[in-house]
Amino acid sequence: MSNKKVFKLTVNGEEQEFLAEPRELLIHTLRERLGKTGPHIGCETSHCGACTVTLNGKSVKSCTVFVAQADGAEITTIEGLGNPDNLHVLQESFKEHHGLQCGFCTPGMITRASKLLEENPNPTEQEVRFGMAGNICRCTGYQNIVKSILAAAAEMNAAKEAAE
Amino acid sequence: MIPAAFEYYRPKDMAGVLSVLVEHGDDARVLAGGHSLIPMMKLRMAEVPHLIDLQDVEGLRGISVDGNTVRIGAMTTQNEIINDDQLVAAAPIMREAALQIADPQVRYMGTVGGNVANGDPGNDMPGLMQCLDATFHLVGPDGEREVAARDFYEAAYMTDRDDDEVLTAVSFSSTVGGYAYEKQKRKIGDYATAAAAVLLVKDGDTCTSASIAMTNLSDTPIYSEAAGAALVGTSLDDAAVSAAIDAMLGDIDPTQDNRGPIEFKRHAASTILRRAITNAWSRT
Amino acid sequence: MNKELSREERTDALGGMGCKRKRVEDARFTQGKGNYVDDIKLPGMLHGDFVRSPYAHARVVSINTDAAMALDGVIAVLTAADLAPLGLHWMPTLAGDKQMVLADGKVLFQGQEVAFVVAKDRYIAADAVELVEVEYEELPVLTDPFAALESDVVLREDLDPTADGAHGPRKHHNHIFTWEVGEKDATEQVLDEADVVAEEMVYYHRTHPCPLETCGCVASMDKVNGKLTLHGTFQAPHAIRTVVSLISGIEEHNIRVISPDIGGGFGNKVGAYPGYVCSVVASIVTGVPVKWVEDRMENLMTTAFARDYWMKGKISATKEGKITGLWCHTTADHGGFDACADPTKFPAGFMNICTGSYDIPTAYLAVDGVYTNKAPGGVSYRCSFRVTEAAYFIERMIEVLAIELNMDAAELRRINFIRKDQFPYQSALGWEYDSGDYHTAWDKALKAVDYDGLRAEQAQRVEDFKAGKTRKLMGIGLTHFTEIVGAGPVKNCDILGLGMFDSCEIRIHPTGSAIARLGTISQGQGHATTFAQILATEIGLPADSITIEEGDTDTAPYGLGTYGSRSTPVAGAATAMAGRKIRAKAQMIAAYLLEVHDDDVEFDVDRFVVKGAPEKFKTMKEIAFAAYNQAIPGIEPGLEAVSYYDPPNMTYPFGAYICVMDIDVDTGETDIRRFYALDDCGTRINPMIIEGQVHGGLTEALAVALGQEIAYDDMGNVKTGTLMDFFLPTAWEVPNYETDHTVTPSPHHPIGAKGVGESPHVGGVPCFSNAVNDAFRAFGLRHTHMPHDHWRIWKTANDLGLHG
Repeated sequence: MSNKKVFKLTVNGEEQEFLAEPRELLIHTLRERLGKTGPHIGCETSHCGACTVTLNGKSVKSCTVFVAQADGAEITTIEGLGNPDNLHVLQESFKEHHGLQCGFCTPGMITRASKLLEENPNPTEQEVRFGMAGNICRCTGYQNIVKSILAAAAEMNAAKEAAE
Repeated sequence: MIPAAFEYYRPKDMAGVLSVLVEHGDDARVLAGGHSLIPMMKLRMAEVPHLIDLQDVEGLRGISVDGNTVRIGAMTTQNEIINDDQLVAAAPIMREAALQIADPQVRYMGTVGGNVANGDPGNDMPGLMQCLDATFHLVGPDGEREVAARDFYEAAYMTDRDDDEVLTAVSFSSTVGGYAYEKQKRKIGDYATAAAAVLLVKDGDTCTSASIAMTNLSDTPIYSEAAGAALVGTSLDDAAVSAAIDAMLGDIDPTQDNRGPIEFKRHAASTILRRAITNAWSRT
Repeated sequence: MNKELSREERTDALGGMGCKRKRVEDARFTQGKGNYVDDIKLPGMLHGDFVRSPYAHARVVSINTDAAMALDGVIAVLTAADLAPLGLHWMPTLAGDKQMVLADGKVLFQGQEVAFVVAKDRYIAADAVELVEVEYEELPVLTDPFAALESDVVLREDLDPTADGAHGPRKHHNHIFTWEVGEKDATEQVLDEADVVAEEMVYYHRTHPCPLETCGCVASMDKVNGKLTLHGTFQAPHAIRTVVSLISGIEEHNIRVISPDIGGGFGNKVGAYPGYVCSVVASIVTGVPVKWVEDRMENLMTTAFARDYWMKGKISATKEGKITGLWCHTTADHGGFDACADPTKFPAGFMNICTGSYDIPTAYLAVDGVYTNKAPGGVSYRCSFRVTEAAYFIERMIEVLAIELNMDAAELRRINFIRKDQFPYQSALGWEYDSGDYHTAWDKALKAVDYDGLRAEQAQRVEDFKAGKTRKLMGIGLTHFTEIVGAGPVKNCDILGLGMFDSCEIRIHPTGSAIARLGTISQGQGHATTFAQILATEIGLPADSITIEEGDTDTAPYGLGTYGSRSTPVAGAATAMAGRKIRAKAQMIAAYLLEVHDDDVEFDVDRFVVKGAPEKFKTMKEIAFAAYNQAIPGIEPGLEAVSYYDPPNMTYPFGAYICVMDIDVDTGETDIRRFYALDDCGTRINPMIIEGQVHGGLTEALAVALGQEIAYDDMGNVKTGTLMDFFLPTAWEVPNYETDHTVTPSPHHPIGAKGVGESPHVGGVPCFSNAVNDAFRAFGLRHTHMPHDHWRIWKTANDLGLHG
């Protein structure tokens, strides 16, 4: 029955090679095979965004991608965005502005926000709300998430300006 | 929600795709962005023993605008449609509609081809393609053929495409005049309660051309020729708009679901079409 | 030496109560290092998955597991027949009923657990589920509680129809209980004699808490040592330990229940589910760990729902608007089993808080619980037990009465509020409200939104609408709610006989840092942050030097868990009381070190000082060290304390909310222009966290009021089983909220705090709903049911003739 194949992924800069069934969902590959338990499983029908990772430069819901589709891809999870000694601005900003409560949506939320700010470094509040609409949070009511992202954008822009 | 096992194919060219389709017939399906098919597979409502991933197939991606002709490869994503300046200039209604589909993550994966070929009456692109009078390009074992979007849809998930054919591209003429894509939905990520695609051309005060299509109000998208005809030759006075809406109501056949009963959907369709016409007219 | 800090500087340095301390939890969550149940991976762990019933009511004729067992990687397939010898095919519910763990001869709701597959991984388990062949014989389906009470169809054939249920006599084979409070005859007499009586049926539809993380567990039986470890999404880990012990026969000391990080609860994770029992049995049978995590459809279809109350109300008043009486009869749809999570003596929770914020002299409430072919549950979704139902009921009845009286609804509330000087206030339905100042809050709220200006604008809008200038109406939603939280006094609140106290144990380390363990468990509320703030203020050590630990029954003191906004009122009080025990001992140590009498030193922020000589002091840090490094006559070494707190009363947070909404009568679309929320939760421990709780609770309220429901068709099929149809708003659909507060401390709580997590939901739902209803008041609407999704709003407008 098993039709396992060898797949290769680059996850947070590290190359991974493993044997898996093509039907394995990328979220399970990341969480169970590769130990990246930051992205979570919330709805399983591509509505909630808790499983969001960056795949070849795009924000995707990894519960709705087969590992076979991702073969050869470069993936960034929340674990690859920053580390304890060098946090991503968004990681600091969510803490500073109380942009999380239970923390379950947070990895997907921050991963998505990082891509949003890459594409639109200076978003309006409405653009943040629209750009984050693929991620559901049950705790915060979004107000402080939006605040966190806008603050991070301002900080990143200020840092860029200072560097220039 | 775990899908059943399947054989996975990732061919590099169309010949490779067709050989699997010919060999396995009904048991094979092509996969574009996967955001319609994969949830159905996870719910085990779609069984796909042979899954053909189109991502590496040459020539299925990209947007070209050649003179008046716009061609969009089937594997082009909604996100690419939103961000293509040439396309926005040639047919701004495409961007307006794409922004109302699903959510950002899904738009990175969801493709034009998947959206139009699946035959899901909830998808937005089929109605839009009918409004644009687009042509669908299909490839099968017997070669290429073209089908008008307005002739393509037969019933929910039933189209003119044969099981061993692949939709490779859509093409249409660049638009002139005013446009609007209006969609009522319950929330981001939802299908339309009612949606309307409208293209209008004005000469002086008179409407010289009108194209109107509706989404998720029948088991197929509805191109309402009569609705458009009701506007042509008028200056879009109230009577003309009402006549167009009445004509549209004669063409749609909504069903009851969680979005509401039939009577509501007909009313919502009227309101959404009125908005779309008004908006499109203001942009002529 | 360092420059001596001022008192204010020393206070600030503690990070104690009242400051906007950043959360200590956030470092791990923002870096993807949370540890949730599905993150747990134990050696050799197997995966469980359920075969579930496609039918809402059917006999199970046969189950054939052969094909499933033949699949490579399948270890076991459990059915009721396998569990019966252990007595585990049924389990007790929190409401005194029992529930099938696996279908025992029949199924009573769609999605009910029929068989449990255990396999090497979740893919194999899912494949095996498809291979289990179950033959069903369909039975007539009852989805309407009123019809169920008339029907000959017997849902619960296991129960003797003539015998009493857990809450007294049953009137019909599909009837569960009748619960009555207040004075029936007196209330009916008041209604008969009243100038004005308003009557309405108010339906609070069935919905679901739907935390982003579903329910799940990992059961691990260590057969060598006879120890069972159960990791799970439990809002009450100690209660789960006791329940597991009672039903499995494993002694309680051999069971360790651990709630790791929990991805939101909102009441969904209070109950005990078949998945937990099956995982435990499977681990005992196989000797290896077994994980079960439900998917979203299973979560929505089978784990505890909320609400589903049909509340028939009558409210009477003088012609000037003074309320004289309130009558309510509720028909409560409990589904196939009574698995409500309420204190034992309260089969309808605290529904008897339904007199709300008003001085209503006479009242009567009766609740009838009914079995139907729907999922069991009836949990408090982000509210204290059935308090959202009560608040929604009274806040709708007030609006209906205002219409009957042709009065402004804000003024009607004002003239009926319990006055500040009436507290403590005895309500007609049996509660003693501890404190409140409703008029102050109300006036502040009305002023903040320019209430009179809004009404003028609304009147103009009605004129414009009638003149054909707009198709949008404007609704002004008002709510003044009174919550009842902090269950609760052990004398009247228990769950399965366990008194609803809570606990805190503190150990001060020699270097002046500390660990405190509590019987509660955070699901996003930030306990590790706020409880440390309480302690910092109580014991004078910096919050940053205090670790808070919860959720491990081997280390935490016994507690009843986190739900019903009880953590701050009960465990928060226990924390303060334990802190005071520490301080009392510290005082003796300080007096010894300072060579004065115990009574001659006093506590000052972070130290004990000699009275009248503040330059002579010992800091708490110095005292902690002394407690461990020197012999002090008459005092045991060490510095530890434990407190079990049994609150003397509930606390009664309240608030005044106002919503301004535009409504398109043609599409039914709503646009929330403004939402103002004033909350009074007594003493405010961390304003940042309070504000976050208010934002979140209001958003869950918005969802419930404007579209979120668990809907069934006539066959008992769930129509809203995925997040496509079950409404969870995104950032795009949610407004910004304006928050405000007044502070009326609880007189009986050690620090005056009342709890806040659920207030915004309790007050938010009626506020959104009142806004929708209010928009149509000028056109003759009295009441329309939630959820106010597009088509229902459209239908309201259509029924009123607003579509021409």
